[in-house]
Amino acid sequence: MWKFFHKLASPPHFYRIAKSMIPWFAVPGLLLFAYGSYAGLFLAPADYQQGDAFRIIYVHVPSAYLSMMAYMIMAVSAGIGLIWRMKLAHAVSAAAAPLGAWFTFLALATGSIWGRPMWGTWWEWGDPRLTSELVLLFLYFGYMALRNAIDDTTKADRASAVLALVGAVNIPIIHFSVEWWSSLHQGPTLVKKGGPAMDTAMLYPLLAMILGFTFLFAALLLRRVRTEVLYRERRKRWVRDLILSANGKS
Amino acid sequence: MSDKDEQMPSIFNGMLSLLRRDLALAIKRPGDILNPLFFFAMVATLFPLAVGPGEEQLQFSGPGVLWVAALLATLLSLNSLFLADYEDGSLEQLLVSPIPLSAMALSKSLAHWLTSGLPLVIVSPLIAITYQMSLAVTGVLMATLLLGTISLSLLGSIGAALTVGLHRGTALLSLLILPLAMPVLIFGARTVSLVAAGDGVAGGLYFLAAYALLMMSISPFATAAALRISNE
Repeated sequence: MWKFFHKLASPPHFYRIAKSMIPWFAVPGLLLFAYGSYAGLFLAPADYQQGDAFRIIYVHVPSAYLSMMAYMIMAVSAGIGLIWRMKLAHAVSAAAAPLGAWFTFLALATGSIWGRPMWGTWWEWGDPRLTSELVLLFLYFGYMALRNAIDDTTKADRASAVLALVGAVNIPIIHFSVEWWSSLHQGPTLVKKGGPAMDTAMLYPLLAMILGFTFLFAALLLRRVRTEVLYRERRKRWVRDLILSANGKS
Repeated sequence: MSDKDEQMPSIFNGMLSLLRRDLALAIKRPGDILNPLFFFAMVATLFPLAVGPGEEQLQFSGPGVLWVAALLATLLSLNSLFLADYEDGSLEQLLVSPIPLSAMALSKSLAHWLTSGLPLVIVSPLIAITYQMSLAVTGVLMATLLLGTISLSLLGSIGAALTVGLHRGTALLSLLILPLAMPVLIFGARTVSLVAAGDGVAGGLYFLAAYALLMMSISPFATAAALRISNE
């Protein structure tokens, strides 16, 4: 078991393993995505209050969940990279950030589009989740900006890892304080916790979408890490051999 | 063995002498202390000019405006926290000194707070008067600024340490620190607003104090790690 992990940490080995792993995530991900989209858009009944507009949750909820998941992956692998000086962990961290930022943006955009018919506004400062999601987007931007500003890869890895960890400590506090702040706002919150129980015809497509998004995210992440590893090791021998052998084949 | 012990400066002495040095440097260059204060006063002046002079409006927006102004003024002074030390090489001396770097980082944060946060707290009543705040509200404003700027200095040290030695670090520093500073802003400004509306004050102050303590326990270590990385 441990040997497997040790081997996984070596870039050339990871590069090979990841290639064979990607289809195992991508294919179920695409299947679940296809089922979830079809069932969510056509089979699930319209909501008795929100009509067809509720269907955006099939994109919104998985995106919002992945936006936080990606930060966790980013911060945990940053910590691993910082403590055990594992290069691959830093590569994972670097690859996860743009994906996380993208899912955060997607969650914000779909939330905003959903808010238009439901709340009557594109943006509602009173909703704590919207605001903390926006802060999360800024945290991603800060992380990526710091990475871009430092030329030396090792230095960029470690500096951004410190930032990711400090951010991870702060995220629950930010969320809590935004919630406290908005609870003082007047006006009803339209989306309540523990609302009417969801019909299974609506629930199953949602679960399929969440799972499908997660699988696709994993496949994309692996692909991005592969590219990242290739770029970082571009001066190493195994990359040169790889490219030479690829050229020989064609 | 005993010789070595005598030569080793104690952590507390080291922190104290670094603090004294930083304060002496700040007094020699009063612009570094005064400019952020002028900036604070100016931002606070801009808002009434932009939104109108109505008394009710000012009382309503005052806490938020003053807190945003304080946050920006703190940010302005953060950039230079490690810059001079980095340029003249004394930062490297700190890195190789036998005193733990985290203790030195705490000392630097404290010096920053004494030269930027504390002056803000002291001048804030002057601005508060122009915003028609009552005496009680002004007192709470000062209390929140006192606790909040401690957190900001500590939090900012991490960002300043991460960006020291980078070109165009100022904009980057704001991008790194502002999202993290949001809890301080929220609790600082809202507590003052709540008091102005006749509500209780304890919750917000407790939170600000707790956050300052949390930052005090995280920031020195994160700043030290960041300084080591920046100076590799």
